[in-house]
Amino acid sequence: MDVALFIPCYVDQLAPSVGLATLRVLEHVGCRVHYDPRQTCCGQPFLNVGATREAARLARLYGACFEKAEAVVCPSASCVSTVRQRYAELDPGLESACARTFELGEFLVRELGRTELGSCFPHRVALLQSCHGLRELGLGHPSERVYATAPEPGVTESLLRAVEGLELAWPERPDECCGFGGAFSVKFPELSVRMGRDRLRALAATGAEYVTGSDMSCLLHLGSVARREGFGPRPIHLAEILASGLET
Amino acid sequence: MSALLDSRAARLLPDGEALVRHDAAVFDLRRRRDAAVAALPDFEALRAHAEAIKAHTLDHLDTYLERFESQASAAGARVHWAEDGVAHNRIVHELLEARGVRRVVKSKSMLTEECGLNPYLEAQGVEVVDTDLGERIVQLGGELPSHIVVPAVHRSRQEIGTLFHTHMGIPSGESDPVRLTEHARRDLRPRFLAAEAGITGVNFAIAETGSIVVCTNEGNADLGMGLPPLHIACMGIEKVIPTLADLATLLRLLARSATGQPITAYTSLVTGPRRGGELHIVIVDNGRSRLLASSAHRQALACIRCGACLNTCPVYRRAGGHAYGLAVAGPIGSVLAPALQSGDAARELPFASTLCGSCSAVCPVRIDLHDQLLVWRRTRARPRGIESGLYRLAAAVLARPALFRGAGRLLRIVWPLLSRHWLGNPARAWRVGRELPEHPGASFAARYRRLREAKR
Repeated sequence: MDVALFIPCYVDQLAPSVGLATLRVLEHVGCRVHYDPRQTCCGQPFLNVGATREAARLARLYGACFEKAEAVVCPSASCVSTVRQRYAELDPGLESACARTFELGEFLVRELGRTELGSCFPHRVALLQSCHGLRELGLGHPSERVYATAPEPGVTESLLRAVEGLELAWPERPDECCGFGGAFSVKFPELSVRMGRDRLRALAATGAEYVTGSDMSCLLHLGSVARREGFGPRPIHLAEILASGLET
Repeated sequence: MSALLDSRAARLLPDGEALVRHDAAVFDLRRRRDAAVAALPDFEALRAHAEAIKAHTLDHLDTYLERFESQASAAGARVHWAEDGVAHNRIVHELLEARGVRRVVKSKSMLTEECGLNPYLEAQGVEVVDTDLGERIVQLGGELPSHIVVPAVHRSRQEIGTLFHTHMGIPSGESDPVRLTEHARRDLRPRFLAAEAGITGVNFAIAETGSIVVCTNEGNADLGMGLPPLHIACMGIEKVIPTLADLATLLRLLARSATGQPITAYTSLVTGPRRGGELHIVIVDNGRSRLLASSAHRQALACIRCGACLNTCPVYRRAGGHAYGLAVAGPIGSVLAPALQSGDAARELPFASTLCGSCSAVCPVRIDLHDQLLVWRRTRARPRGIESGLYRLAAAVLARPALFRGAGRLLRIVWPLLSRHWLGNPARAWRVGRELPEHPGASFAARYRRLREAKR
């Protein structure tokens, strides 16, 4: 399958290794991967502060980059959620470009039907379920919901369970927000840090060496709190774990 | 950057033991809610049904309010209409004054908190005693409730003991919850007996029967309605529901969502005044019709004030209710503020959320609370001035790939500067309790290009 890679602005600049890992995983499962260097930002930071005109401008740039793609894959759940769930109200003309954008994990599991990739990561890893991935993309099962029958493991969890040597750990309150929240993290830094510290404590209490998730922004925030506090598991993106130990 | 919750540092729950206790106590309510709703396999269907009841009622609110008025009047109650909080307070005071009432007992009512009834009546020389234990604690402490269901959740047992020692003269050092409750009860009983009027809130008003429904766990509202000859019930226009069958649906959700109880200990339906007494029902708008008129925000009026969104909100639990500076804190408070309040709170509270969506997921009437906040961010609370100029500039850079790449290179150069402490550092908000991550060097785009060139 031909896949267009969407590497959001902050991943491009602050976590390029996550982009490279995503590329590696997609090529490993047999995708032909294209990267359009005109791409920048999905517009979420603007949408979340009510700057709709600016968000629409970036949404149109996104549309121009990806309108012809068979599938767009992105290693950032909240950006995908922005594209899929918010673009249509910004500009109805963007509907076709946004319906085929997927978070890496959901693309592998739901579109390609792949969970076993041959990855190997012999470490204890705690899972941080990012809120937008969890509640807007349905990559896991929000703890607020009531299920008539026990649901199958979520997308991110299934992928991690299939990684050789990986020992998955769940923190207490498995889907409490880490406190990043984009603009929230700088408009209310004190509260953002309080939330981050609490999440970090819960993650550290699992005894995990690493914390992973499908959203690098949450992981960068937690990593920033950890650097100040001097404790906590090391952040690593899902794509980097999946790319570990791949043979080809 | 504005920072309402942060800059009002005095109102923010202090870091440390109090914060840990508050978070744990409030999240415990969320856990109880989870256990209670998990026992209802049709819970999600029940939520959808409740949402439909409320949506239908709000779409025909005028009809149901008139129906309620005529049925309640037929049952012997007097119905009064108040356009705003001022009118509400005046109506209540006139009712009391006409009967020479100086002593009032009041059970929990978020509406009277919203209207500032207590200070108003006290200024007119009327003694108002809050009879809900949590409300009594915050009344003695001279503060607003910090939570709509558990008003004194920000207080420790020890602090409550000290308050009771000061105001009720109990022995100092008491912190046993059962004994504290007994002291409060002994202090309240004579006040109930001496009261000449009882004021209550209203959880639901039934249009088909003209009944009001009052839910408590302490029975204090029932004493307040039953002992004095005058009962004044205060409600917002959104409290009306069509039928008793609808009440059955909503009652299954209310206490479960609030505290994990199947139903509140006391759930009283009052249809008309008691024998020899008077019942007055004051129906208040106070900005609600503005929400009703807005298709984007109408559903916020569906709120049944269970407090589930507060209990699950990670921001509320780390801030404490007083940080919001409103009678109703938490996600629903931030959604209502821009419609019901003016000033800074209205513009800044919609930003006091990470948009994690947990509030919308627990809401028993399925209000899309976090989406509502997002709507306010682009309307009433939209960025202005310098902030809005910065966003325009940032978007202009991001909309041009070449400029974006250039800005990335510039950022890499100034990164070490941003990582240090200096006055005026634009990254200072990030560095409140955090360090910037290490800059990884070349961007993905640059690395990708090199990778492809090497392959060729």
